[in-house]
Amino acid sequence: MNWTDAMPLAGLTGGLLIGLAGAIMLLGLGRIAGVSGMVARATGIAPGGTPWPIASAFVLGLPLGALLLTFVAGPVATRFPTSIAAIVLGGLIVGFGTRMGSGCTSGHGVCGLSRLSPRSIAATASFMAAGFATVAAMRALGVTS
Amino acid sequence: MMRRVLIALLAGMLFGAGLAHSGMSDPARVRAFLDLFGGAWDPTLAFVMGGAILPMAVAWRIRRRLDSPLVDTFFVLPAKTGITRSLIGGSVLFGIGWGIAGLCPGPAIADLAIAPVPAAIFVAAMLGGMILHRLLPARPVKRPPLENSHV
Repeated sequence: MNWTDAMPLAGLTGGLLIGLAGAIMLLGLGRIAGVSGMVARATGIAPGGTPWPIASAFVLGLPLGALLLTFVAGPVATRFPTSIAAIVLGGLIVGFGTRMGSGCTSGHGVCGLSRLSPRSIAATASFMAAGFATVAAMRALGVTS
Repeated sequence: MMRRVLIALLAGMLFGAGLAHSGMSDPARVRAFLDLFGGAWDPTLAFVMGGAILPMAVAWRIRRRLDSPLVDTFFVLPAKTGITRSLIGGSVLFGIGWGIAGLCPGPAIADLAIAPVPAAIFVAAMLGGMILHRLLPARPVKRPPLENSHV
């Protein structure tokens, strides 16, 4: 375990902000704060669902909020893979998989788990297991991203 | 509508700020959580999930007492039941992509403002994957064989 680099307190407080955002979407607007669904809706890839202006405003808020935080708290790390191929391949699979599985870390992981939805529990267990297995396999094969 | 759009924008901003503050906008940190065998497992993501689930669990309890959302007409919520092959298959695929790049959709979009070039490449590929899914024909529904077809 790597407690030197870990950020338990910032993780917890940042997580609270994320959960608060989800609570506002649920109680205020009656919607799930699922990013993959909102992105698909905002870009017109998903034909129906959340009204377009609401989905677009939520999606626009994500980079705005991140930027605002760096103004207030200073720069944050963004260590992307050095391999462009890994970024592109990861992006393609994430896009396809989140549409096929109807959600991602926010919709299934945060909103669904807290609702104790069996569908979301199954989805979260699946993508967590696949994530652990993928990184383990890459390590075993000596592949770096 | 204007009020609802502003609320959605505010929620998105809180979400994006939370991602950046918690270190989740850093793909290497996310991969360090997924890396169980590297000898330097980073537990931060678990704290983020725990912190996010707390207010959401309270919100779900409050929701039970509400007939409608506070500034909208209806709750529009997905069904909780029905564990399908596409739910599991799609989630496994998502997890593979997540493991390769260390990015899921929220941090990728948030990073557009703080690491624009690599984030834009990832988001473009992600939208490509979403379009690909839309373009693929839906698989025909497998019907159970008729048992009494002679009747």
